[in-house]
Amino acid sequence: MAINKLDRTAKEIVLTVQEYSIFSGRAFLNLFRPPIYWTDFLIQSDIIGVGSIPIVVLAGFFTGGVLALQSAATLTEFGAAAVTGQFVSLTMIRELGAVLTGIMVAGRNASSIASELGSMVVTEQIDAMRALGVDPMRKLATPRIFASIAMLLLLTIVADAFGIMGGAAVTVFLNHQNGTQYFHMAYEHLRYPDIIQGLVKPLFFGYILGSIGCFYGMRTTGGTEGVGRSTIQAVVTSSVLIIFVDFLITHVLLSIFPT
Amino acid sequence: MNHSAVPAPATPASAPEASPVVAVRNVTVAFDGPPVLTDITFSVAPAETRILLGPAGVGKSVLLKIIIGLLRPVKGDVMLFGKNISRMPEEELFALRVRAGMVFQEGALFDSLTVRDNVAYQLIQEGVPDDEIDTRVHEALRFVGLAETFGMYPASLSGGMRRRVAIARALIHDPELILYDSPTGGLDPVTSTTIIELIVKQRDVHATPALLVTHRLQDAFTLCNHRFDADQGCMVPLPPGQTNPNTTFLMLEEGRIIFDGSLEELLHSQNTFVREFLE
Repeated sequence: MAINKLDRTAKEIVLTVQEYSIFSGRAFLNLFRPPIYWTDFLIQSDIIGVGSIPIVVLAGFFTGGVLALQSAATLTEFGAAAVTGQFVSLTMIRELGAVLTGIMVAGRNASSIASELGSMVVTEQIDAMRALGVDPMRKLATPRIFASIAMLLLLTIVADAFGIMGGAAVTVFLNHQNGTQYFHMAYEHLRYPDIIQGLVKPLFFGYILGSIGCFYGMRTTGGTEGVGRSTIQAVVTSSVLIIFVDFLITHVLLSIFPT
Repeated sequence: MNHSAVPAPATPASAPEASPVVAVRNVTVAFDGPPVLTDITFSVAPAETRILLGPAGVGKSVLLKIIIGLLRPVKGDVMLFGKNISRMPEEELFALRVRAGMVFQEGALFDSLTVRDNVAYQLIQEGVPDDEIDTRVHEALRFVGLAETFGMYPASLSGGMRRRVAIARALIHDPELILYDSPTGGLDPVTSTTIIELIVKQRDVHATPALLVTHRLQDAFTLCNHRFDADQGCMVPLPPGQTNPNTTFLMLEEGRIIFDGSLEELLHSQNTFVREFLE
């Protein structure tokens, strides 16, 4: 009995991975094949990008602040409090800016994409769209994925900038250190590989959150309860995948650009 | 109920010898379990209106979706406008679907778009100029008697109004085939009659072939024994004993077609299920 259940679950997982691979592959190819719905891309960019600015600014600012607070205590013991700026900027740009933004935006937008598309599925709007001769993959999924990639890149830059500012605010106002020294250290030790690492990751994370949101939304079944289930699956899967892919990308990039 | 129905002279010329608009051949449909539809065979001729009867949950809506390629059969062939769509790639199907119109059970209007944008959805995708879109949407909405809803959202419409907007959306592109999925389901008798009148109007004025799914006998008989009077601008009954010769019936039971014929043949059928359904 238990073996049967395990067998069924394993098959379902393999089937889901297979379906997602086909789905995301089609969505990716659609990025380069007409028709591309530019108006929908701009609308989604506004929803995903502009709409996420407040949470990204706040998350970035306070994360930078926490990094400065935590690091300053330890660094002071070694007489290295002056390198707080370097520590905050490198951590934000190489790692936390991209990952935090990815997870925050996944929580906000993978859920909204999945619930919106899921509602359209259960009310037959997707079928109606297909019956009207419009490909929902191109019209709904591709603009959302494309917008997620583009906006996550920009939002990560915003998060990095506000993270460094948050660190500066803590360093100056709470730790009573020199602000100029903080920014000098933050800038001086920054190398191009660090920036590349920080800007490559959001491209993958944006693709993950957009495609997972669309994937779970489009395969919704079971009415309104199904919409809720799809929403949860989209958020959980995209968040976990972002952290997993972050590990893989970091590993690969560190082998290309050793520190 | 008239038990000696005689076909009335056809308003639009029927062409039984012409190739059918839809031909379903030995189609079987299954999902994860036993077949939903088994060995289904029938066709829809040009200018013909076929009424698909059957109890709820028998697979009527599935059959409509099979015809337009929204679902695929596991066995058999579906010919739409002379092309076999059973295994046609989705990309190629979009071009064929544009030639047909479908009215979904609950309307399936896009709730984030206005009535204007819903009705004009296909035209907007094709890049038709705004002025022309407005003119054609007004015309389509006047056809269904809802000209005043132009700028409204679906949420502010009643169930019957949503169905009529869905009919306008299906008709705006002058389709070569219309599929109606329970267009009167869940509506009050007055609104149902309004919808049936629209279907009769489309049948008699434009002679568009159609397949209509319903489980309401009253609607089916109204379609059969009424015609649209263009002079009066409304639906009028045919003379007693006459029926529309281009309107025929199909009946589904447990995933199989158990009846295919005219109203008269339906009324005289000896099939137990048909008799029970009619009574």
